Amino acid sequence: MATSTPAARTDGQPPPPPHGSAGKSGPRRDGSAGQSRRNLLHRLDVRGVPYAFIAPFFLIFGAFGLYPLLYTFWISLHRVELSSLDRMEWRGLANFTELIDDDRFWNALTNTFTIGVISTVPQLLMALGLAHLLNYRLRGSTFFRVAVLTPYATSIAAAALVFTMLFERDYGMINWGLGFLGVENIDFENQKWPAQFAISAIVIWRWTGYNALLYLAAMQAIPRDLYEAAAIDGASRWQQFRQVTVPGISATIVFTIVLSTIGATQLFGEPLIFGQGPNGISGGADNQYQTLGLLLYEEGWRNYQMGRAATIAWAMFLILILVFVLQRVVTGVRARRSARPASATRKTPATPKAPSTPSVPS
Amino acid sequence: MTIDTAPVRTDAHDRAPRAPAPAGRLRIARALRPGAGRTHHAGPLAYVLLGIAALVSLFPLYWTVVAASTDNTRISQTPPPFLPGPNLLKNLGIAWQDAAMGKAMINSLIVAGAIALSTVFFATLAGFAFAKLRFRGRNLLLLLVIGTMLVPPQLGVVPLFMMMADLGWGQTLPSVIFPTLVSAVGVFFMRQYLKEALPDELIEAGRLDGAHSLRIFWSIVLPIARPPMAVLFMITFVHAWNDFFWPFIALDMTNPTVPVALTQLSAGYVRDQSVIMAGALLGTLPLLVMFIVFGRQIVGGIMQGAVKG
Repeated sequence: MATSTPAARTDGQPPPPPHGSAGKSGPRRDGSAGQSRRNLLHRLDVRGVPYAFIAPFFLIFGAFGLYPLLYTFWISLHRVELSSLDRMEWRGLANFTELIDDDRFWNALTNTFTIGVISTVPQLLMALGLAHLLNYRLRGSTFFRVAVLTPYATSIAAAALVFTMLFERDYGMINWGLGFLGVENIDFENQKWPAQFAISAIVIWRWTGYNALLYLAAMQAIPRDLYEAAAIDGASRWQQFRQVTVPGISATIVFTIVLSTIGATQLFGEPLIFGQGPNGISGGADNQYQTLGLLLYEEGWRNYQMGRAATIAWAMFLILILVFVLQRVVTGVRARRSARPASATRKTPATPKAPSTPSVPS
Repeated sequence: MTIDTAPVRTDAHDRAPRAPAPAGRLRIARALRPGAGRTHHAGPLAYVLLGIAALVSLFPLYWTVVAASTDNTRISQTPPPFLPGPNLLKNLGIAWQDAAMGKAMINSLIVAGAIALSTVFFATLAGFAFAKLRFRGRNLLLLLVIGTMLVPPQLGVVPLFMMMADLGWGQTLPSVIFPTLVSAVGVFFMRQYLKEALPDELIEAGRLDGAHSLRIFWSIVLPIARPPMAVLFMITFVHAWNDFFWPFIALDMTNPTVPVALTQLSAGYVRDQSVIMAGALLGTLPLLVMFIVFGRQIVGGIMQGAVKG
């Protein structure tokens, strides 16, 4: 007997909770105690149940997501050894100052940044091109979509193993192919830039198709009359792509940048396996591809310094926040400069907006 | 997360409620207006480029099969082998036995299955509440849910490790299952779907019949939500199966999941490259089968709402 009418679906503010008036219909009851009890139950149901439905999410996230994050900060102020986890010795900010003076940290930070850039930028550019191709009327479009998404279903470990073999120095397929171009065999594992390039290749291979599908979904929501108008104005295909397609999916592009940035910061499995064993955790013999994730693991589970590991985790978190703040500033400036009708509903990266996919049952 | 870029929201009040999609078919994102998107036909160049993209995407997997079916000497010859050899079953057997891949597969099935089930269930509950129920603070709480997406779970590994040690769950599967029982992306995904697919009239009718919310959820929402639940299950399963960082820390070789066992494979415990590749093939096989069977639905699901870790 809720009193909400289906027409009043506002997305703005929730209307005041309905007071369980036994009204609109139903048999008339005499105002007895039974009825008021039923009313009370009904009110409890309507008011309380929504919270009960969303409670599990918040409880579990609180216990295993938020609490560990905050506790990480607390641990980072202490000396904690892996062998005696219950002994915490107060150090204040000493872990942080030591980290800032630590060359390994800066090395890992630089590596994370460079691998992040050379894996994310080409990946998203290729995804954009791929989405554009998939947006044509195609025969076998489902096959192509599933095919480019398949790497996403490959486990990081399996993908890293395969690519490690493909990039092998003496008999790897990549060097064999480069041999035809007259290139000497490259020692992908032990040289800095080739190693970082090989690791980025694994990331690019796994995620390009996935991002392409996100772009494709956004492209399909662009009204066709925008293209028609552009064509009437004499815009070439390329200009249409630049002036209509890209602005039209700008919010999705921002969203994928956010996701890829988070992913790049956390990079761990690919370099670990690429290094094959003992060299994996240190990110190569000279730490030439040790990422922040690997350094965190090395400090905590190889050097037994959990306090330092927590410090690195917290530093990663701060770096992420910094990146997002910078990004907000940049997109804010860009948005003010070009207020295009197509991208008028630009959303901030923090709130990726609802997909409006009121799809027609086909 | 597909993002609406048209200036007009389609959530207007005058939208006639539409019948829900037939169960079992996932509806793929399309704008409401007829003729949205591009309708240019692909030229030969587009097919060539897409062919290359498909080839690059699939070749490493094909080559995994090739490498897993030969032996060490053949792998290390130049030119490298391009056709499968005779040893596939033998190598798979060795990987299954010696490299603990058998145990790892069973562990991963348990972990990914449990995580996917619980994610889908809680996401449907919460998604329904956010889509159709009115309560104080709904929008703020939804914003909070979305905000949690930006917190990478890896950052809490140090205290998580300590918590699991305290609970006595060290090196056990629950230590891997519990931290990922819910997913913000899942909640959001279900909310988006139910907003569109679940007519308010149905809920009203249920209320008028005196059904309480749980009953409504059970007999009205769940049947309608079946298709996106299936898709969310598969996508969550893929992620849980491939999850690496935390399981690598939480588990050891006596009780690994697939990625953990694969790390050990490459770390010099197994000298035989073709056996390593057989392990990699085993570790990806269940997901590949799922993709071959349900690829279209998974693609549709990802296009409906981004689902990433």
